[in-house]
Amino acid sequence: MHTLFDFALATPEIVLLALTGLVLLLDAFDHDAGRRVTFTLTMATLLIVILVSWGQWSSDLHGRTFSSLYVADSLGHFLKILSAIAVGVTLIYGRSYAEKRDMTTRGGELYSLTLLMLLGEFVMISAGSMLTVYLGVELMSFALYALVALRRDHLASTEAAMKYYVLGCLASGILLYGMSMIYGATGEIGLAEIAAVIRGGHAQALPLAFGVVFIVAGLGFKLTAAPFHMWTPDVYQGAPTTVTLLVGAAPKFAAFCITLRLLIEGLHGIALDWQPMLLIMAVLSLALGNIVAIAQTNFKRMLAYSAIGQMGYVFLGLLSGVASGQAGANASAYGASLFYVVIYVLTTLSTFGLILLLSRQGFEAEEISDLKGLNRRNPLLAGVLLLSMFSLTGIPPLSGFYAKLIVLQAVVSAGYVWLAVFAVMCSLIGAFYYLRVIKMAYFDEPEDGMVLSTGTFATRGVMSINGLLIIGLGILPGGLIALCERVITQSLVF
Amino acid sequence: MTSEMASSSLPWLTLSIFVPVIFGLLVLLIGRDDHPGPARVLSLIGSIAGFLVTLPLYTGFNPHTADMQFVENKPWIDTFNLNYHLGIDGISVWFVLLTSFITVIVVLAGWEIIKSRVAQYMAAFLILSGLMIGVFCALDGMLFYIFFEATLIPMYIIIGAWGGPNRVYAALKFFLYTLLGSLLTLIAYIYLWHESNGSFDVATWQHLKLNYSQQIFIFIALLAAFAVKIPMWPIHTWLPDAHVEAPTGGSIVLAAVMLKLGCYAFLRFLLPIAPDASHSLAGLMILLSLIAIIYIGLVAIVQDDMKKLVAYSSVAHMGYVTLGFFLFNVTGMEGAIIQMLSHGFVSGAMFMCIGVMYDRLHTRRIDAYGGIINRMPKFVTFFVLFSMANAGLPGTSGFVGEFTVILGAVQFNFWVGLLAATALIWGAGYSLWMLKRVAYGPVANENVSGMKDINGREYLILGLLAIMVLFLGIFPSFFTDLMHPSVNALMQHVAVSKL
Repeated sequence: MHTLFDFALATPEIVLLALTGLVLLLDAFDHDAGRRVTFTLTMATLLIVILVSWGQWSSDLHGRTFSSLYVADSLGHFLKILSAIAVGVTLIYGRSYAEKRDMTTRGGELYSLTLLMLLGEFVMISAGSMLTVYLGVELMSFALYALVALRRDHLASTEAAMKYYVLGCLASGILLYGMSMIYGATGEIGLAEIAAVIRGGHAQALPLAFGVVFIVAGLGFKLTAAPFHMWTPDVYQGAPTTVTLLVGAAPKFAAFCITLRLLIEGLHGIALDWQPMLLIMAVLSLALGNIVAIAQTNFKRMLAYSAIGQMGYVFLGLLSGVASGQAGANASAYGASLFYVVIYVLTTLSTFGLILLLSRQGFEAEEISDLKGLNRRNPLLAGVLLLSMFSLTGIPPLSGFYAKLIVLQAVVSAGYVWLAVFAVMCSLIGAFYYLRVIKMAYFDEPEDGMVLSTGTFATRGVMSINGLLIIGLGILPGGLIALCERVITQSLVF
Repeated sequence: MTSEMASSSLPWLTLSIFVPVIFGLLVLLIGRDDHPGPARVLSLIGSIAGFLVTLPLYTGFNPHTADMQFVENKPWIDTFNLNYHLGIDGISVWFVLLTSFITVIVVLAGWEIIKSRVAQYMAAFLILSGLMIGVFCALDGMLFYIFFEATLIPMYIIIGAWGGPNRVYAALKFFLYTLLGSLLTLIAYIYLWHESNGSFDVATWQHLKLNYSQQIFIFIALLAAFAVKIPMWPIHTWLPDAHVEAPTGGSIVLAAVMLKLGCYAFLRFLLPIAPDASHSLAGLMILLSLIAIIYIGLVAIVQDDMKKLVAYSSVAHMGYVTLGFFLFNVTGMEGAIIQMLSHGFVSGAMFMCIGVMYDRLHTRRIDAYGGIINRMPKFVTFFVLFSMANAGLPGTSGFVGEFTVILGAVQFNFWVGLLAATALIWGAGYSLWMLKRVAYGPVANENVSGMKDINGREYLILGLLAIMVLFLGIFPSFFTDLMHPSVNALMQHVAVSKL
């Protein structure tokens, strides 16, 4: 029998679903091209969801419900709040871009689909069983496929959507196949139950190992790790930039969360099976992402490869937790990965946000050379770009440095000094293309006849806060690092 | 006693670091491209204030102890035991003062020449100044690394945005070379943190027991960063490019202070943490230093670009510093530190002189000049003095450093001393030959005949530097007296094997 408490745990999802329906309904009465009402309602929805999650977190509400399909814990509250903030910031940056490209004139699907995507992410984050994971992944992915295709008469977008859909379905299938193997091996779908069966030694080893291979491959796809990265550059480049940011920012939290839940919570008992796979994916991602990014002239495509390279670091943190074998070191290694993801999303928001702010009617501002002389035209945006690029390079005192530092600490503590050296050498290669972006903005003269938009007062304000956070979390990163570690120890059992 | 002094007064080290940084941010805020006057004035106020807050470090310094003074220690990032731990000893105090002094010079040097984006230019130098002072004060390994790396950001912008025609290449080369070394150092620091059970404290690291192979690993990883920064032969090639393309102020800071960051790190990290590795690799380091002194000295002679010539002479002079470090005697060590200070003033002054000529003729080629003494007698007086100091003439600061290192080298091994001493010949060769071609003889062409002598601002800059060069040359004991306890303590520490 379900009690009221069972539903109370899932309040964020329930509220989000109800309000999404409301937004969808009220959008039918909004005929403004900019969808002012829909936008406002969407923002209000996000705010309410953030407050609900915050309330749950601060009253320390945690537990499992619906036969352990759903789990509420501080990791979940934390990531839900961050996802909702990331989506909100994305929509603020991307609103006028979408309006100028006819993405909101025919209807407010941008907003309702975004909210559905967020709902999918929430379900992923709160997944207590493999079934819920899969449900969440599909809900998020289908909303995203549609969003990428939102400019339906734009060739590149449609092509990107097709690629994303086909490859995404393939990845979902792989993930589902892996789950069925695990189910076959353990007879359970709940993550905690699977972990118990594996610990008890009752699982069948061979299907379990096969299942893990498929699960890791599916997660690699969602986290854009090589060699499952193929879709990333095309989708990042082809999608309308607003949607690129929707694909590139908030889903990282959810994908990272299901990685933690599946691999750490569910399959920690056979960590030695998946750890080498993460190692290979980390090494490939670092090398491929950073080297191929050098050759890119399109800023969005370059950032896609940079995302692949950055994800290599996330995997480094995850795999070194396992190697150390001590609970304390584990927590700090997974906390390091979580911190890395948070900082990465923060920086992604500012870089894609800049592309969104700079583009105007009929001009995308997505080539790296479009940034030429930005410092002359708008020192504020150039300054944010400078901070973002140096943060992605990992130069102190910017937040990206601490993200790399704590991951490297976990790697060295786990005894992989060679891996740390390899990672920093890839960062060195990465420095080259990040510096080239700064060179365009600061060293080159603006080209004649090229007018860049600079965004509205509000977007510039959000951008300034975004930039200040990149440096502020670099000067005082201690609180966030400790918080990341705390939510990991409070929520995961390993 | 020292802790009482520190606790009863203001946090002078924090002020030394953050006064210039805060002024830099203010300059950035008020700066307007079309109206650069206020930005200039505020920068000058900021640099002078930055210099004034470093003076109490000298006046309040206790010269009888090797302990760290003006110590500040506050927890910063608890999760990995990272502390905001500052302090200075008899060695670092001079580099803090040098940095804040050079910053005033640089602000004055860029006063009229920099016309575009003045506020950003000045702010970059002020922030850079604070960061470099932070490097010299940091007693926490990671804090050191953060300051050390952060200096790359303003310098990259300075070279790339206000530099010469090939500035983009030079800026990238500077950044990537330095980053390559630094990243290996980062691994070494994390390794040390791991080995010392989670401590970034420099003193803990210095007393950490490490076996021989660990020490070799640490030595090589730290050397990668510091040798690039110094720079030592054969990884010096970024320096001539960076110097040639950087604006005058950038060259001054680069030569006067940034090269010292690497040298200083040898004293603070490399030698004390890996003493056994340092001893066993000393032969290699001495060899590299001698190659820098002799080969790079010869390379400097044949340059036809004045900035390149001084850049190569910097590499040769830094060869003296590293030579002095690895002789493992007090004479050599003190000579090396004096040489670092002296090079700070002399190379800064040489780049200032070249900047003065470049502002008038917009070329750095030696053959474009000739006979400028006929048009710029006041300037040439200074130029002669600094060239002599660059060649190591007695009475100037250059002599004291080089001579002391040679003395130390002779104590170590006569032949090493002899080879090191040849540098006085190469030094005279490149400095005086350039001086002869540029300053003397008849007026070379009509461009030169139109050159005006230095104005009051340039007079002030060159005058201040000249005073320092002569003062350090005539009263070196003023500087060495404060150093003795720290240098002795360092030598004693390095002499004890960790094995």
